[in-house]
Amino acid sequence: MSVTEAPPVAKHPGETKTSWWKGDRSEPVRRNLGLVGVLVALVVIGAVTRPELYGDASWVQNNVLTILQQASAIGVITVGMTFVIIGGGIDLSVGAIVALAGVWATTLATQSYGAGGMIFTAIAVGVGVGLVNGLLISYGRLVPFIATLAMMVAARGLAAQISGKQTQVSANSVINDIASTRVLGIPLLVYILAAVVAAGWVLLNRTTFGRRTVAVGGNPEAARLAGINVRRHTVLLYALSGLCCGIGAIMLTSQATSAQAAMANLYELDAIAAAIIGGTLLSGGRGTIIGALFGVLVFSTITNLFAINNLSTEVQNMVKGGIIVAAVLIQQFRYKSLTNLFSRVKTG
Amino acid sequence: MSVLDRRRLLLGGAALGAGALLTGCTSNDAGNDAQVNTNTGGDNANAAPGQKVVIGFSAPAADHGWIAAITNNAKAQAAAYSDVELRAVEAGADAAAQRAALATLLAQKPNVIVLLPHDGKELNAFGLEAMKAGIPVVNLDRAFPDAKAYRLQIKGDNYGMGVAAATYIIAQMQAKGVSAPIIGEIPGIDSLELTQERSAGFRDTLTQAGFRVANRRPAEFTADTGQRAATELLQALPKVDALWNHDDDQGIGVLAAINQTNRKEFLMVGGAGSKAAIEAIAADNSPLKATVTYSPSMASSAISLARLIGQNKGLADLVELQVPKEITLASETITKENAANYMKLGF
Repeated sequence: MSVTEAPPVAKHPGETKTSWWKGDRSEPVRRNLGLVGVLVALVVIGAVTRPELYGDASWVQNNVLTILQQASAIGVITVGMTFVIIGGGIDLSVGAIVALAGVWATTLATQSYGAGGMIFTAIAVGVGVGLVNGLLISYGRLVPFIATLAMMVAARGLAAQISGKQTQVSANSVINDIASTRVLGIPLLVYILAAVVAAGWVLLNRTTFGRRTVAVGGNPEAARLAGINVRRHTVLLYALSGLCCGIGAIMLTSQATSAQAAMANLYELDAIAAAIIGGTLLSGGRGTIIGALFGVLVFSTITNLFAINNLSTEVQNMVKGGIIVAAVLIQQFRYKSLTNLFSRVKTG
Repeated sequence: MSVLDRRRLLLGGAALGAGALLTGCTSNDAGNDAQVNTNTGGDNANAAPGQKVVIGFSAPAADHGWIAAITNNAKAQAAAYSDVELRAVEAGADAAAQRAALATLLAQKPNVIVLLPHDGKELNAFGLEAMKAGIPVVNLDRAFPDAKAYRLQIKGDNYGMGVAAATYIIAQMQAKGVSAPIIGEIPGIDSLELTQERSAGFRDTLTQAGFRVANRRPAEFTADTGQRAATELLQALPKVDALWNHDDDQGIGVLAAINQTNRKEFLMVGGAGSKAAIEAIAADNSPLKATVTYSPSMASSAISLARLIGQNKGLADLVELQVPKEITLASETITKENAANYMKLGF
């Protein structure tokens, strides 16, 4: 079961072998380089528009760390989302799971158990809700869109119920300090993001779990015939997404020193968008963790660029929308298809 | 027992245990902090129990501390009167749901209806209908466009909040001798009219003093968005003199961001007047030096006034025999000096 598709069509008649660079195997690398290009372009725009800020080296260093820190919680959630999408599903409930996990972890009763109790609660709630999603989808045979849409509404409802619609302030200094702690000058949140991304990369690319995810997403029937327990694997994927939400909930709770039912609003859209512009195929079977990380960083950098220029968030949202559309268009007309298109235009 | 069975038993047991542990962790009793006028004895003739009044009440089920306080206050104030019976209906998620809920309320023929509409324009027709049926409507905070749609309108002053925040900042800057201060603003949801009014009041007043807003990053009335907006704003402005955050609920996140970025060279003004904000102002150990009120105590006052309308009484201090038609609360500035007086009004 391999990610790669059939060998690409030779660019010119007579050319028998395609170089690695033009081949399909390097497609994710090329796309990631494209995203790096976008990031560089955004930084250049920032430097041109605000030269006095970019002239200060310590400000620039701090700015990079701020962008990474702002990307940390949503980045962790996006890793889980990327697995679900590669596995052929979608999880619309991630924002709601974060809210439920955050609220549950900051009730007065949970807080009385200390930081350990709060972290355990957030992760257990995340995994638990993810398991319910997975069971509904694989054994209840609900379409992922419907099951997680229902969970999105229900989990936010439960969060509002538990919190009594109030903002629950975390009085736990260990939790609150996660967001302000720096190790070797780098925020702890950035280390957590790096650890989750690294773990996600290894899980996807170096384990049977990852291979199975790609197989299940690419062609579930073939995967089943190949002996993979597709249902159980699907349950695990949603539980994994829930786990990431639980970790994200702790990070976000620490940053805001509080939790409430409306927190992490619309994070599902940001996570899906980041995964998609990172090259994850919405129909499943293909995607990369590194690409998703770059997707999150692109969004985080755009927000930063608009902030330092004091531009309105309305325009920012339009630009974000434009980038998503552009990324999906590129996904449809990938390098190969483009060259085909051009050769067709030339000959026809 | 096979290995698999044992594993399943262990996993199942662990899951059940975790579930049981978690359900024990939803308790959240923090006591009741409602703002109630308890001045019901002594020389206040209006407070004496009178004719029984059935008050119908409806407010959106929002997930924000302010709206939660509105409903809590209304219920607590009604409970403080022996002659008031409150019939509260859930307003649902939007104007259509609230209209349906209000229709059932109307059928119960209460004496007065107190209503915080999802949207004043969309529920204008209900106001007209109820008034036509002879039931006085008290509009809470979100005005009906039609003057015939309400008997009393009681609301906060959004423009005035901006004016009050700017006035405080101008005075502080002039006292410190800062002639061209760098001022940041963190509004709530930017598409709302109330946010635009607050920002307009802030901007207009600053302009009169020759000041301007250097950067404006909207949040969404939640602590996590407040934290994000404040982090972005502080990163964009390496030096800040003053900051106005429109909402104390999102201010929890704003203060967290200030703490995380280790910035304290500026003064911050909050908005609404939450208990946590008033306590922080009194403690005077953070950049938060003041907050301008938009108090949910208006719900308590609305119930008191609805009772007077139902009993056909006026306000004791006024000459008129009836309750006025419109009341706009002043936006008050809470500072360290007067924080103690406002502590009971914090929500």
